[in-house]
This record gives sequence, structure tokens and C-alpha cells, in this order.
Amino acid sequence: MQTIQQQWFGNIRGDILSGIVVALALIPEAIAFSIIAGVDPMVGLYASFSIAVIIAFVGGRPGMISAATGAMALVMVNLVADHGLNYLLAATILTGVIQIFLGVFKIAKLMRFIPNSVMIGFVNALAILIFMAQVPHILGEGILTYVFVAVTLIIVYTVPRFIKGVPAPLIAIVILTAITFIFGIELKTIGDLGTITQSLPSFFLPDVPFSLETLQIILPYSLALAIVGLLESLLTSQIVDDMTDTKSDKNREARGQGIANFITGFFGGMAGCAMIGQSMINVKSGGRGRLSTLVAGVFLIFLIIVLGDLVIDIPMPVLVGIMIMVCIGTFDWSSFKYIVKAPRADAVVMITTVAIVVYTDNLAIGVVVGVILSALFFVASISRVKITEHDGIYIIEGPLFFASTQHFVQTIEKTTAKTITIDLSSSHLWDESSVGAIVKVVSKLEEQGKSVSVIGMNPASELLYQKLLGITTSH
Amino acid sequence: MYPHILLATDGSENSVRAAKEAIKLAKCSANSKVEVVMVTDFDKSKQDILHAQSAESLLLERKRKISNVEQLLKDEQVNYKITFLKGSPGPEIVRYAKEQKVDLVVLGSRGLNTLQEMVLGSVSHKVMKRVHCPALIVK
Repeated sequence: MQTIQQQWFGNIRGDILSGIVVALALIPEAIAFSIIAGVDPMVGLYASFSIAVIIAFVGGRPGMISAATGAMALVMVNLVADHGLNYLLAATILTGVIQIFLGVFKIAKLMRFIPNSVMIGFVNALAILIFMAQVPHILGEGILTYVFVAVTLIIVYTVPRFIKGVPAPLIAIVILTAITFIFGIELKTIGDLGTITQSLPSFFLPDVPFSLETLQIILPYSLALAIVGLLESLLTSQIVDDMTDTKSDKNREARGQGIANFITGFFGGMAGCAMIGQSMINVKSGGRGRLSTLVAGVFLIFLIIVLGDLVIDIPMPVLVGIMIMVCIGTFDWSSFKYIVKAPRADAVVMITTVAIVVYTDNLAIGVVVGVILSALFFVASISRVKITEHDGIYIIEGPLFFASTQHFVQTIEKTTAKTITIDLSSSHLWDESSVGAIVKVVSKLEEQGKSVSVIGMNPASELLYQKLLGITTSH
Repeated sequence: MYPHILLATDGSENSVRAAKEAIKLAKCSANSKVEVVMVTDFDKSKQDILHAQSAESLLLERKRKISNVEQLLKDEQVNYKITFLKGSPGPEIVRYAKEQKVDLVVLGSRGLNTLQEMVLGSVSHKVMKRVHCPALIVK
């Protein structure tokens, strides 16, 4: 891994320029995600500023961008609707505490247990939910809304061919906001959904009773936020690792996400995490170091303080168009091929993850169910033990453990041979069930007057066998 | 003749033909080394990571993609080395060729993605225009 000096000042020019590009691209997203969560745009903007600045110092993946995100916004919708902003801020602080703990206890290792089928399901479900959150802003808003959404999409997909330095969403915002002014077009604007405050965030304690009841309300949300935040952050860090061919400290990143959320909650910001799209924009724009993340956060709040008045005039349909672009970018379009080509079990896990998230509106539940389901499928697949018999010699291929012993016992017990050899050289004994199965089969066949020998146990299996049996024997 | 030959490849038919030409040139002198370079676009990273079980399996996947070219070099007993790069293929090949001061760049005229080439222009065209050393484009 690089030195601190390198991480901060190894790429000053590239980091400053890319940080500015990311700040410009972040503003519409931070506002849109606030609207999804049902809070004032400032909550998302303060969160983006605060998280980006803090993670620049405490994150484990230099060059990755963290801020207010759609995944987190979607998890907090009900909490905000039922209990209001202050409970969200309290939940954000608790999310930070949980993530710090998970980071300290090396959560990154556990991430290996999340199979790619669940990850693909996660990003697809995320895209679908963000899209569904946009629908109410389009339907029944009049023909002009449709036109503006369509024109926004045309701009964001064609302009990058010609102009590479400036984020296309920003160009769409500037052109279309100007058009509404010039032609006096009346559309719903960001100002209709919230206010923009042109000041720096300040420290305050969330106004919630410090009681067990409060904890009961926020804990389920904080747990879900902690899981979703770490999942997206660690996925994003893998992508940035691959893009830059460098390594990162995943546990430090988990702790960093926790620290960032913990502090952000005291400054009126909502919980956030790493962003796949923005991090990719950062790397593509030349950002590599911690400086890029810091510049993104600082420049974002600078823009809001200077241009806050103009931001409230951005038409909602333009923001919706940008969000649809985000959905299209988030969705894994190779999933359709994946469903056909991947092993059946993986495809089922992926689709189940998506279905559960869309049904429950909760990304965390989908991920947890997906992981459990894939673990069950995994156990089922490795529990298939192949047993071949030749002249009373039974060759066992595959691991023997609680899920595979039944088939083993049933097959051997049916034997008609007088002298039986059980060859375990292509097998492995994993647990009490497997040792028990061997003992059971041997004693049962010996009762029937047959002679049984077990051969080819590998040293680890032999050791387990003797340990569990409490005697030293040699077969 | 050319001590350091850069062979740009993406595992396509064309890059196999390019590899054959690179081998011919490499065999002209004993000290020639072929560096097989595959550039993965930044935009592919997300999809690749999502569909790979781990970083190790992703590396294997990428190596497998250009195994046809590697097999050729191995069979012909040419001294070679494989390098994976990230970024926009055209500019990245040019940058790397310049940085490594290679003596010759060899690449196929067309890659895997015909549609993208129609919209964005071909990699070979970009390399031809900007690279600072001799380039051989193989039809």
C-alpha cells in the first residue's frame, strides 16, 4: 500500500480537477437522494460534504467517493415518514457506532461470504427502487414534465461524446433551467420540495428523548443502514481497487464509514456510504488520492454557499431525468445473460434478492435472505457425495459432513458383499456426523457378520476420527 | 531488429493474426521480447467485479480471454510477458508505449466491439495517429 504522502499528494493536479468534477456531479444526486428520503435537500448536501471530507482522512480506499447515497436514502424512508428528521439523525449516529464496531471486528473478512449473485441482485434492486421513487414525480405532472425528462436524458447521453470535462448532468441542469427562465415555463422545482440554506453545517444534538424507546425505534434502521452502507462501500472499494490496480484496507474503510456517519449525524446530515458511480467518475477524471475526495466535499459546499439561490430553481423533471440515468448506470445489464448462463442456483439467488427487496422495499432484508439462500444452496451442492462400488470396495468421493452422511449410510448399509472396504482417500471427514456415520456403518455391518475395513483416511480426518472417538486406533 | 515489441490484444480473431505477425518479427533477432498488453476499459470494472467470485478469479478470467494469443507465443517459443492495463484502450496503449519506450507496436485493425468502433472510432486508428514509435496494423 502507498505511503500517506503518496495517498495525499501523489497526484495533486489530477485530484483537484477530478474532485471538482465529482462535486459538480454530486450536487444533483445529493438533492435527489434527500427527496427520496423525504428530507430537506440540505440534509443530503450537508451529509455529502461531511462524509466526503471525513472519509478523505479516515477511509481505507484513497480516491473513493462517499456521500449521501440512494441505497441509504431508500432504507430510511419509513423512519423519516413516521418519526421525522431528528430520529434519522439519531439513527445516523447509531449507524456510525455499529459500523465502527464491525470495522474493528474485521467485517471485511465476512464480506467474502456474500456471493456475487447477491451483489448483482443488490445493484439491480437498488436501480429498480430508485427508478420507482422517480415515478411519482413524472406521472400526472403534465406533458411538459415528460418533455423535460426526455430532453434531460438525451442531453446526458449525447453530450459526453463531445464535451468530456464537464459532467453532462450539470450541462443539462444549466441549459434546461435557463430555458424555463427564458420562456417562463412553469414546472415543479427543487424549491417546491424543500429549502436551500447557504451556510456551513453546525453541530447540534438530535432532538430525541434519550430513552430505550428511541433505541427501539432507530435500532432496526441503523442495523439496516450499517449493512447496506458497508456492502456498497466494500463493493465500490473492490471496483476502485480493480480500476486503479492498487490495494485498499477494507477494515479501515468500514471503520472510516462508521466515523463519517457518526460525526455527520451531529451536523444535520443523513447516513451515507461509498458511491459506485461517483467513484468511477472520479477515477476516470484522473482522481487517485485522498485529496480528490476532500476537494469533492469542500467544493460541493462552496458551490452551495455561492449558488444556493440558483439551485432551488432547478426543475424537478431535470433531476428526475438525471436519476433515471443513475438507475441505468447502476443496473447490471449483463444480468440477463447471467440468468441464462450462470448456474441455476446462482440465478435463483440473484432473482430472489431482487424480488425480496422490491417486495419489502428494504435492501438489507434482500441481502440477508440472499446470503442465507446461497449458503443453503452451497451446502446442498457440496453435500452431493459420489459413491462407486466395485467388488465390495466402496469409493467415496466428496466431503462427509452433517448434510451428506445420510446418503453415505444408506448406500453402504444396502451392501450384499461379505467383505467390505470403504475407501475414503477422495473424501474428508468434517464433523461429528461424519465420524458417527462411519462408526454406525461399521458396527452395523459387523453385527451382520461382515468384515469391514476403512482405508485412505487423510491425516486431518484420521485425527478428527480419533479425537471424537476418544481412542487411538488404526484401520 | 525490434528488442521490445508491444502486442496489443483483446483476444479477438484480429489480435491473433496480429500475434502471428509479432512472432515473425520477434524471431528475426534473438533478443526480441514481445509484451502482450490487454487494456480493460474503466467502465468494465463494475461488471467484472460483480460477476467475479474474487479478485483472483477475475485475474484468471482475464488471462483466459487472451489464452489463444499466449498459446501461440508459447508454441513458437518467443520470449514474452503479459501486462494488464486499465483505461481507455487507445490512449492507454499510446501512453504505455511511450512510457516503456517500446520499439514497435503491433495490433489488429479491428477489435471485439464493432458497434463501439463505429461510434467512437477504432483503437488502431487512435494508436496509429498518436504513437511515437513504428506501428504495425494487421488486417
